[in-house]
Amino acid sequence: MGTVGRGARNRLERNDRLVRLALLVVAFSAVSVLLIITVFIIEQGTPIMFKYGLKSFLAGSSWYPSEKVFGLWPMIVGSIYVTLGAMVLGVPFGLACAIVLTEFSSKRVRGVIKPVVELLAGIPSVVYGFMGVVILVPFIRETFGGPGLSVLAASIILGIMILPTIISISVDSLQAIPPSYREGSIALGATKWQTVKMVLLPAARSGIIASVILGMGRAIGETMAVIMIAGNAASVPGSLLAPVRTLTSNIALEMGYAAGEHRQALFATGVILFVIIMVLNTVANVTASRMKGGRRG
Amino acid sequence: MKRRIDPRTEQAVVRTVLWTLTALTVLILVYIIVFILRKGIPALSWEFLSKNPVDMGKAGGIFSTVVGTIALTAGAILIATPLGIGTAIYLTEYTWEGPVTRVIRFGAECLAGIPSIIFGLFGFILFVTKLGFGWSILSGSLTLAFMLLPTIIRTSEEAIKSVPPVYRTVSFSLGSTKWQTVTRVVLPSALPGIMTGVVLSVGRSIGETAAVIFTAGSALRLPTSLFSSSRTMSVHFYILAREGISMPNAYGTAAILIIAILGINILTYYLMNRFIRRYS
Repeated sequence: MGTVGRGARNRLERNDRLVRLALLVVAFSAVSVLLIITVFIIEQGTPIMFKYGLKSFLAGSSWYPSEKVFGLWPMIVGSIYVTLGAMVLGVPFGLACAIVLTEFSSKRVRGVIKPVVELLAGIPSVVYGFMGVVILVPFIRETFGGPGLSVLAASIILGIMILPTIISISVDSLQAIPPSYREGSIALGATKWQTVKMVLLPAARSGIIASVILGMGRAIGETMAVIMIAGNAASVPGSLLAPVRTLTSNIALEMGYAAGEHRQALFATGVILFVIIMVLNTVANVTASRMKGGRRG
Repeated sequence: MKRRIDPRTEQAVVRTVLWTLTALTVLILVYIIVFILRKGIPALSWEFLSKNPVDMGKAGGIFSTVVGTIALTAGAILIATPLGIGTAIYLTEYTWEGPVTRVIRFGAECLAGIPSIIFGLFGFILFVTKLGFGWSILSGSLTLAFMLLPTIIRTSEEAIKSVPPVYRTVSFSLGSTKWQTVTRVVLPSALPGIMTGVVLSVGRSIGETAAVIFTAGSALRLPTSLFSSSRTMSVHFYILAREGISMPNAYGTAAILIIAILGINILTYYLMNRFIRRYS
């Protein structure tokens, strides 16, 4: 290339500073999007909450938007029920897969299970909902009675849908454990399972907890699959077989035609959902970063 | 004293339980795929792909929804990819770990956790009503792009980080500036890794429903401009199934969705393997 003149060199360096500035602006795109979303959802949703009173909004048990009665309690309870149900199913299955993947399988088997988990994450939620409608709901109706569209159906489908989240993050945190932990435990004469139970799971605890919390976030936020199989009755479900409406379904079901205060009330539903998700995210984030910090120290 | 179980017996029992649960997980996936394909493939034909829906989707094909899906996905990827890669370059090459990177990472992680229905609400208020884009491909693409941003940032960052530092050292020692190093050395080496994230995002936008239905609408006409409302395959499938318009067509659409997702996963797998082989 020969010698680069001083002028050209300076120009290049000035360009570099411009690039750095441009990249800094771009780098804040995700943060700005998050801020804009927060501002818009809160701006649209909070006025009506305070107009009718926060207490009646959160604790009111009737939802009759046409008569301007906006009580979100059934939907809050509904979201909690299906999320807990999803946890009961998703956590043991997810942890089992993660442990098998990292500790109990050969490289070849891992080569089969990993793509399966990735595919599970890729299947659209409407397809999960559809499987619920054509397989699970009739099965529940015929076996246990009731309408079939129920807390149970939603919990099972959500339990499957959160598996990839729980598995991939748990696998990461199990793999992040230094090999010396395993070697030390095996050298002391522990079996593989004893090593998992007494050394690896405690060492990966924060990561596993984070995976479960993020799984909860996914379950609470899932919309289309739940709408199709939960039955969507806006009342607190009396049993596992009763229909249920979640916060997300409440928004998606009525957004198409809502106007005025009704629409604002749906945004208020969004605010509550948003707050729950942000709390879960932050907790998961803090737990996960504690894991990294703890390992270093 | 507590009676102790022989650790080897315990291990055998636990192992069986864990393997059973894992096998069940694999079976669930296989079942879903086989079920959809077996019911859906008979409905597939060239006409199904190339004809527009007739009578709300009761008859005809799904051509306009295929076009809608491609337009929306392409728009979202075109917007999210430069932003995501730019962020990743900044985080890995142009700064050091500190409060700024922590804020950026925290923002991206929170964004990744936000449910798609919230994106839908937000896109509806901002793009559809406030900015007046209406239910359109533009509104839908912008909303989707925001959803995809965290995935692209994360995968690009990982890809750039795994380019060996010595590449940069050599480039600098030849007198290149940072930007020259990034564009001519780092990015080309990280490309397969970055592509993995992009392809995964394509999969996500094809399957997305909640964020799209409130921003792009559900018009069945063939879209003619960025401002046309358009229905994606996922939305079409949802409406067909939920309103019981046509089960055969619903299965057919689902089969196309599943085939697309399978193709995308195979492609990411291939890209990832190529990338890993290069650096290990």
